[in-house]
Amino acid sequence: MHNSSLKALSIVGALLIASLFSPAVLSKGVYQSGPEFIAQTFAPQQPQAKALWLTPEIRQRAESILDRQVPGLRVRYHILDNKSAWILEEIGKEMPITIGVVVTDHKITEVKILAYRESRGGEVRYPAYTAQYRGASLQSNNRLDQSIDGITGATLSVWAVNKVAGLALYYHSQVVEQAVATN
Amino acid sequence: MNKKLLALAAGLCLTSTVQAETPSLEQLWQLVKDQQAEIEALKSQIKDNDIKTEATISAVEQFTVTPVKTSKTKIGGYGEVHYNNLENDNATGTIDAVDFHRFVMFTGHQFTDNIRFFSELELEHSIAGEGKAGEIELEQAYIEWDATENLSAKAGLFLMPVGILNETHEPETFYGTERNNVEKNIIPATWWEAGGAVSGELLQGLSFDVAAHSGLYIAEGKYKPRDGRQKVGKAKADNMAFTGRLKYTAIPGLELAASVQYQADVRQGEGASIDGTLFETHVAWQADDFQLRALYAQWEFDEVLNATKAGASEQNGFYIEPSYRLSENFGLFARYSHWDNTAGAQVDSKISQIDLGVNYWLHRNVVFKFDYQNQDAPNGNGYDGINMGVGYSF
Repeated sequence: MHNSSLKALSIVGALLIASLFSPAVLSKGVYQSGPEFIAQTFAPQQPQAKALWLTPEIRQRAESILDRQVPGLRVRYHILDNKSAWILEEIGKEMPITIGVVVTDHKITEVKILAYRESRGGEVRYPAYTAQYRGASLQSNNRLDQSIDGITGATLSVWAVNKVAGLALYYHSQVVEQAVATN
Repeated sequence: MNKKLLALAAGLCLTSTVQAETPSLEQLWQLVKDQQAEIEALKSQIKDNDIKTEATISAVEQFTVTPVKTSKTKIGGYGEVHYNNLENDNATGTIDAVDFHRFVMFTGHQFTDNIRFFSELELEHSIAGEGKAGEIELEQAYIEWDATENLSAKAGLFLMPVGILNETHEPETFYGTERNNVEKNIIPATWWEAGGAVSGELLQGLSFDVAAHSGLYIAEGKYKPRDGRQKVGKAKADNMAFTGRLKYTAIPGLELAASVQYQADVRQGEGASIDGTLFETHVAWQADDFQLRALYAQWEFDEVLNATKAGASEQNGFYIEPSYRLSENFGLFARYSHWDNTAGAQVDSKISQIDLGVNYWLHRNVVFKFDYQNQDAPNGNGYDGINMGVGYSF
């Protein structure tokens, strides 16, 4: 047996042992509940939940952003002054990813993965990844105005987060528009 | 006089009428109380209506609005058609062919949140059968179980956790019409085996895979790893192989990975045993519109293999591929590759290739490709020319 072969076997064995004793890094599961996310976003205040009704115009644009049908009559959100928080879901490859998005003055101030259920692509939950969305706003072509560096082999998860970020920005703009019209 | 009396009587009448129509303070207070009660009743009614409306909408939503969810059984697929127009350096050989290189269907089923099945069935070169150009291949078919929230295990037939393209090779995810020759001829992608594997995360951004599985069978007279793929068709299993990979993805846009594989005997018990060790490492880095991929892979076999082909005990290759996304739809790339399946030989036997080309994404899942290749190989046997193709996935 070559020395390199011994090394190879050692490495594979070490990985196997490491897997058995690895610390509990949560690669999938629920990281934060929706109520906790809202409470944390607006602390110490706690705004009431509101609903944005999906008019035909709003639904059409939302479907264009998500590139799929949008079911439902309305979307729940929380708002305080010029800051709104949205909890939305989108499929990555096979399972829904639950994503919390905070928008302030038409720009994203936070994206947080609240639950990740896919077996791959969980890197989208890392703060280093979600931090890329800070300051992003929505362009008329439904794309974010900031470049988001992807994750090799997890393209579908990245696309899902991009879509939800865009959708939250659009919903926020509609809430603001309706508030202006009412006043 | 009569007129005065009449006027007085009329005045008294009017005063008494006005006095009769003006409520007393008590009457006014009662009126306010009555109205307040009515307002309260109306407010209560509105509140009741709100509750009923909310309940109605919620009930409607319960039946009409499913949370984002898909069917438990999913299908998908990808495909690519290629056209190659190549001629070798000494003009003794040409390739002028159009080929539906790969037509692939995925089928998956989610039994529960933590148990799933995934499969990939491929028709290569459009037509299969005895004497035909292509073949039908089962490239993936495994059961995966998320044992804990950071540990998954799978069993069945799966792709080897080695290289960049072996596990992710939908046409729109890489540059170049054809897959690169280093991963094809050294690793050898696309490569699948049957066995069991465990995957998980050691630290945030540091994941691992370990697998025990069937191995290569490099028969007498053969020496290339690509010739040793048994494709899990009544595969010889005298000797298993073991693969491990470490992958670092903590930084957005960056993937660093290294894999090793060991097989005690790639001859599967026939003749003198030949052990083999594969080492592969790569980086894939994306920063805004710029992307860089670089990969190195090497096989080290027992020197017994040199009796079959001089220098075959060492086989290696690398490539480096910078690319730039000019727009959402358009990207340019260049690639330098170098590989050698007899690197242990005294004579120069390496093959090198430069590729230059473009990808045009009509949709993010539909891509058109065009590239030019310039290959240098021993004895003027390097092929130069153009490749073009169209690919999709869903």
